Amino acid sequence: MWELIRANRRKSIALFIVMGLMLMVLGYLIGEAYWPRGGGVGGLAVALLVWGIWSLVGYFAGDSILLKSSGAKQVTPDVHPQLFNVVEEMKIASGLSHMPKVYIIDSPAPNAFAIGRTPEKCSIAVTAGLLAILNRDELQGVVAHETAHIHNRDIQFMTYAGIMLGTVVLISHMFLRSLWFSGGRSSRYRSRSGNRNSGQGQAIVMVVAIVFAILAPIMARLLYLAISRRREYLADASGARFTRYPEGLASALEKISGSKEDLKTANKVTAPMYIVNPLKGKGKKLANLSSTHPPITERIRILRSMAGGAGYADYQSAYEKVHGKKSSVLPQSALADKSAVPVLIPGQEEMAGAGQKSSRREFGDVVRAVNQYLFLFCAGCGLKIKVPPEFKKKQFPCPRCKTQIEVPLAEMATVGAVLESVDQGRQETQKDYDMVYRRKRSEWESFRCNCGKTIQLSPHFSGNYLDCSNCRRKIKIELPQI
Amino acid sequence: MLGYIIVIGLIIVAAMFVIGAYNSLVRLRNQVKNSWSQIDVQLKRRHDLIPNLVETAKGYMKHERETLENITEARSKAMGADSVKEASKAESELSGAVSKFFVVVENYPDLKANQNFLSLQEELTSTENKIAFARQSYNDQVLFFNNKIQMFPSNVIAGMFNFKEADYFEVETQAERDVPKVDFGD
Repeated sequence: MWELIRANRRKSIALFIVMGLMLMVLGYLIGEAYWPRGGGVGGLAVALLVWGIWSLVGYFAGDSILLKSSGAKQVTPDVHPQLFNVVEEMKIASGLSHMPKVYIIDSPAPNAFAIGRTPEKCSIAVTAGLLAILNRDELQGVVAHETAHIHNRDIQFMTYAGIMLGTVVLISHMFLRSLWFSGGRSSRYRSRSGNRNSGQGQAIVMVVAIVFAILAPIMARLLYLAISRRREYLADASGARFTRYPEGLASALEKISGSKEDLKTANKVTAPMYIVNPLKGKGKKLANLSSTHPPITERIRILRSMAGGAGYADYQSAYEKVHGKKSSVLPQSALADKSAVPVLIPGQEEMAGAGQKSSRREFGDVVRAVNQYLFLFCAGCGLKIKVPPEFKKKQFPCPRCKTQIEVPLAEMATVGAVLESVDQGRQETQKDYDMVYRRKRSEWESFRCNCGKTIQLSPHFSGNYLDCSNCRRKIKIELPQI
Repeated sequence: MLGYIIVIGLIIVAAMFVIGAYNSLVRLRNQVKNSWSQIDVQLKRRHDLIPNLVETAKGYMKHERETLENITEARSKAMGADSVKEASKAESELSGAVSKFFVVVENYPDLKANQNFLSLQEELTSTENKIAFARQSYNDQVLFFNNKIQMFPSNVIAGMFNFKEADYFEVETQAERDVPKVDFGD
């Protein structure tokens, strides 16, 4: 496993050198073209400065920018216990040291991505649409693929490569634009200087710079995309190895590709981060060279051809079978692991035929839970009632059987605080809490904080910590003792 | 003079080898312990969940006393296990009992519609998965450790400092492969 990460790092360094050289040559040429005699160094410095600033922003704020722009919201385990369980399972299977943060994107388009600059500080985001249409095994496949990106250090790599690409594109774009708008000015400046020889040399430099400024972004993009596609194959292979059940991911990909929804919050820059390309309509024609992801049908076929086992070697031979030729898709170091990995027999739980209607209802529930709705069950008829966070009445009649239902307003106030405290609890696992409360049963119950405030606990509360809304004490909630 | 230097050099080399081998054995042993504790957490979680499950199911499954008793019994046996070997045997029995239980549950639609039961089932399924994944990484660690103990020259050091081979956490293949018998008669 470590071999794989090391090989990854070696390749990233090679890529950075190639792309970095490209960037430096570009900067130098543009500098020379604009300010002859020594302008090249200035151009180079500007190019490196742009890249440096961008990298710093990407390093420190990249994940939060992406999560914000994609509309992802961090959630507590009680919003979707199964998703949390699956993420934790994959954390164990891949041997990550930290549990990734879990985000849900409020969108019906099924998709997912992982982000974070180190495996310790990473997040996995899935859309509500994904949760609605996948069963447990399929969800596990998707989460395994994302965990594999974290485990193989793909995320940092793709982030930095993306920034480098962005810088190259930005600088050549600005250069070409400036030529368009101020075409003759620099040549007039040159003729006044009166040095004919250098003027001619300057024209050549200018032509070379223009050609390079047109070609460099294309080359950099092709390089970037080729690597991005390779990473997807590798993440599929690792995911299959983690779950030992390639069919889960295959059938998830099939369901995802069947969806017609576009993910509105995705764009060209963030597209390579997702498990499948979120922009379905665009760039279909040049599918092979200019797409960030391998064709989804091909990924499914490879996963389904993994008859013998779930190891890397099995994925490699399945890839060769699908393509009908010998070519390596995974790094040698991955294939060196010869140990047999048996495919798991599917779990006894078959979530057969969750109909369109029920899955739509489930989607709605996930979205409501993300938006801090409170779920209550009517004591009279068992009807599930969804209470919006801005609801302020103390009680209301059940819409079906007219039983009066009490709204635990204290609980509603704490929902928001719980989100933050879960995050804190995750980061400061060693840090002390102010108070412990052990639950007696998993029903509604209330207890008193040390400051005297009564706190209501919902049967669906499954976080570890809770902040008292009165005194901000951090209270640890323990499971009922058996 | 030269003789002394050679002898001293050899002693230093030998000492460095012993220290290196000893340290790597300790590191591997700690890794084995750590991955065992990962499994242990999940096993405890399962032990905690089962009484809740039995309690929830009791009301619905009047005719399945035996199935429920089997689970409870397997649980208490697993909780009493001392060594890894005993634990792996008892835990795989418990796994078998639980999976048989979930097959029987198929006959009780009322129970399957119970919200509490569904969330317990999800928790238990997840715990079973976590045990399986943690077991894999534990067994990998044990393999590294035992190889180091058995192979020359580190086996000499292991013998000197009394390092003992660790047990694999094995699954009773028989119990897992057995298709649970379902009796549809009353």
